[in-house]
Amino acid sequence: MASTARAEERLTVHLTVNGQPLEETVDARLLLVHFIRDVLELTGTHVGCDTTSCGACAVLLDGRAVKSCTVFAVQADGRDIVTIEGLEQNGAPHPVQAAFFEKHAMDCGYCTPGMVISGYSLLQRNGDPTEDEIREAISGNLCRCTGYANIVDAIRTAAEHQRNGGTV
Amino acid sequence: MRWYDWREISRGEPIFPARFAYVAPRSIEDAIALLSHYGTDARALAGGQSLIPLMKLRLAGPKYLVDLNRIGGLATIEETDGFLSIGALVREADVEASALLRSRYPAIADTAAVVGDPLVRNLGTIGGNLAHGDPANDHPATMLALGAEVIAQGPRGERVIPVADLFEGFFTTSLKPGEVLTRIRVPRPASGCGSAYLKLERKVGDLATAGVAAFVQLEGDVCRAAGIGLTNVGSLPIKARKAEASLVGKRLDERAFADAADLAAEEADPASDLRGPVDYKRDMVRVLTRRALRRAVERAQA
Repeated sequence: MASTARAEERLTVHLTVNGQPLEETVDARLLLVHFIRDVLELTGTHVGCDTTSCGACAVLLDGRAVKSCTVFAVQADGRDIVTIEGLEQNGAPHPVQAAFFEKHAMDCGYCTPGMVISGYSLLQRNGDPTEDEIREAISGNLCRCTGYANIVDAIRTAAEHQRNGGTV
Repeated sequence: MRWYDWREISRGEPIFPARFAYVAPRSIEDAIALLSHYGTDARALAGGQSLIPLMKLRLAGPKYLVDLNRIGGLATIEETDGFLSIGALVREADVEASALLRSRYPAIADTAAVVGDPLVRNLGTIGGNLAHGDPANDHPATMLALGAEVIAQGPRGERVIPVADLFEGFFTTSLKPGEVLTRIRVPRPASGCGSAYLKLERKVGDLATAGVAAFVQLEGDVCRAAGIGLTNVGSLPIKARKAEASLVGKRLDERAFADAADLAAEEADPASDLRGPVDYKRDMVRVLTRRALRRAVERAQA
């Protein structure tokens, strides 16, 4: 044990959020979603179910979409986080966000940040997804309004824009 | 106040775990030293997709959390002489996407693809799925069917635990305090082998109503070896030994599948719950066993 670090209840983390390097001291038990919303005041990331079901809290952790209600902020030490606010490019909505607007892919909008993050994440690894692949990619995100049809349509539209020379 | 209205119970406060102390060691030796030092008050954290929800609901309350995610070398998939070796920290999404697993160990890729949902699979690990000891988890059945072993590293070095000896009770494994499940070892399949995992779930992200893993080794159309594992139809993951034995030496036709499926349904020991009554679950084991065997044989012959 001599050379080993000891466990601590409060720790200082260094991480990047939406390109911004940050240092914060947090409780070990602080969940990443509460760090993002309450400490950083980035309230675009939502808490829906708080039980790892709904995906409204999805963010990118080192480029991978994860449920930020099921990660501790201390686990993000040294990592790169992108939230829905970080997708915007030069003050304009990201093409996936624009496609959600164009296709009316929301009703109440509560699930939208998570849906956009999952859609973005899919298009990073698959530029021409089938409808089944899109539905699979958003299967960890619940929407109780739309019936999903317009969300699937928006992600397919964003993929088309991307293939026609836009960047996603 | 209605008992199910969590907003009233929590007065609108978010759900978060009890206080704990956290440490993220950089080496497996440090992790073992910390886990040994803190003993039964400590839990190892891998993907956290089962443990963190339990901590939030206060069903688990470790005083110390030893995060394994900073330890290098535990996230590789390799085929060595005689074995496939999967590091405990390989994420389910990477298991699902692995070309090696899809082509040579398809039941393992099948299994990863139905764990949780895509967001959960980006963090959840194959080692955590086994070490958590939840009979509703999917990988145990597949590893039982494939005759896999796990490597446990502890203060006194490494030991090999057959997966058939890993599960001792509900959420209880034969891992000792201070031991970390570091790798999973699966025998390399001979020619003529095939495998598959099928899960019945009410919706994406739900635990299995029932799940069945099947493995066969064929010589011509005669079965030389068979493995069948069952998910969430007992207090432990079940190795359906009678069903396995019924296949060996037989020509694998629909009759053999049906006989094995009947035996697997008998070996299942499900409880009645929101996912269905006992008879229904047994019947689903029967149906899934037949289908999983059929798919395993198709793959063996492909």
